[in-house]
Amino acid sequence: MTGELIHALTVADPLVGFDTAALVDNFWALTVDGLTYGSVYALVAVGYTLVYGVLRLINFAHSEVFMLGMFGQYAVLMMLGFAPSGNAYNLGVTMTVVYLAIALVGGMAVSGGVAVGLERVAYRPLRKRGAQPLAFLITAIGASFVLQEFVHFILPRLTGDRLGGVNAQQPIRLVVPETQFTLFTANITNVTIIIILSALILALATDMFINRTKFGRGIRAVAQDPVTATLMGVSRERIIVLTFLIGGLLAGAAALLYTLRVPNGIIYSGGFILGIKAFCAAVLGGIGNLRGALLGGLLLGVMENYGQVLFGTEWRDVVAFVLLIAVLMVRPTGILGESLARSRA
Amino acid sequence: MTVAYGRIEALHGISLTVEEGELVTLIGANGAGKTTTMRAISGVHPLARGSIIFDGQDVTRMKPHLRVHAGIIQAPEGRGVFAGMTVMENLEMGCFARTFKTKAEHDETVERVFTFFPRLAERRTQVGGTMSGGEQQMLAIGRALMARPRLLLLDEPSMGLAPMIIQQIFRIISEINKQGTTVLLVEQNAQQALSRSDRAYVLETGTVVRTGPGKTLLADPAIKDAYLGVA
Repeated sequence: MTGELIHALTVADPLVGFDTAALVDNFWALTVDGLTYGSVYALVAVGYTLVYGVLRLINFAHSEVFMLGMFGQYAVLMMLGFAPSGNAYNLGVTMTVVYLAIALVGGMAVSGGVAVGLERVAYRPLRKRGAQPLAFLITAIGASFVLQEFVHFILPRLTGDRLGGVNAQQPIRLVVPETQFTLFTANITNVTIIIILSALILALATDMFINRTKFGRGIRAVAQDPVTATLMGVSRERIIVLTFLIGGLLAGAAALLYTLRVPNGIIYSGGFILGIKAFCAAVLGGIGNLRGALLGGLLLGVMENYGQVLFGTEWRDVVAFVLLIAVLMVRPTGILGESLARSRA
Repeated sequence: MTVAYGRIEALHGISLTVEEGELVTLIGANGAGKTTTMRAISGVHPLARGSIIFDGQDVTRMKPHLRVHAGIIQAPEGRGVFAGMTVMENLEMGCFARTFKTKAEHDETVERVFTFFPRLAERRTQVGGTMSGGEQQMLAIGRALMARPRLLLLDEPSMGLAPMIIQQIFRIISEINKQGTTVLLVEQNAQQALSRSDRAYVLETGTVVRTGPGKTLLADPAIKDAYLGVA
């Protein structure tokens, strides 16, 4: 499928193509692949949207929480004895699932830990001092660079050059993409199935947690009215930690899923663009709105996949941002609006 | 106690006492410091000086959510209904700090709230933000009752409501108090509030200027003049 795609793209016009034939021919394949990317965006977007709902803060360092999740799951696989190589392991279905699950938990633990640590070290001291919103924003950007450069320069020294540094990690391939069946005209691979199914389960679990459980209600209460929530006996500080934790856990899970689709993506700068796109997805769906983030992620993934075939691969990122701008011009609060936060009644 | 917003003192060394089982009212004009007093008792506004003693325990430095655990529950000014949550979800928020031993205990608490406010039972699944002012006030008080308050703080429950509804709300407040809950009520509707309270304090620009039994103050010409709108 990828081969056909690249062929279709190379025959496109030099600057901006408009290859409707390629889009039509590959429509279902592009949709399915867009959904796999979209699943990753969606999970990462939840972290932006929940933190924004509770703190009115865009946590720009969330992209690095995701990036460290990629390294986290990679490190766990190394500890389990897997060696990086160009070749794929063939462990059989059961063992592959077991190792993927362990790596998933590893990625989630690292990202969750980093997100909570970030809150503790970077944001809480600012809150204690009653800092201006701008100070939080600058701190978030600063934290983002600190985490990137940590992986860039310090992590290789701590691990004897086995992790981090200037180059991407050589992949540890547990799953080789193999077509399982064909849906419409799209070949559905095992990787696609794992990504979409896992993301779906995690999204449903998160939605249940936020909408059906006591602490989920606590998060919504703090988002809607922090003072009244406090009067109900909710500790705002604990809710903030919980929010960062959930966002981190989902980013860590997304990190593992992403490396299945893009095995060469594990690099210190690998969270940056993806993080911005996930942030776009959150705004697209309506920042502060959980279901908005999930919907925005999927939509963004699919649309940019269509766009890159229609206009040319190099326009992929442009499509994402143009889509965001176009939607915000029509609906400034995003597709679903800010429902987790204030009601507009 | 003394409360200051920045460098401006909103309350200048006022002293209030509420005995167990009492219904005590705090009246005063806008800006007299009534809401500030309530916020200070709940701990969402820090004290500059002074102390708050609850049930023999100094809670002055206690975090707000722990005061809720201790039994100081407030239905805030403007009701503070979570607009995006249903009636049931709002009620569940009321008992956030409470651990029920059994499901039955939880259900009993909900039933008790519904006995006070049958309207809420009919509207369980309605979203808070779409309810009328009176219904929202019922929800705010009902939500506070979910926590089983030992001291119930009600900040202007009559605000913006029609006279009929105000009557109804005050009757229920009296009933809640008769069933054993200590109530500290802040009101601008002095007539209703004073006639139903054991004792009352009159607050003017951050100072207590009068105190006494509710009915005595109600008969006081100076109070009549200032707060009851009788010429």
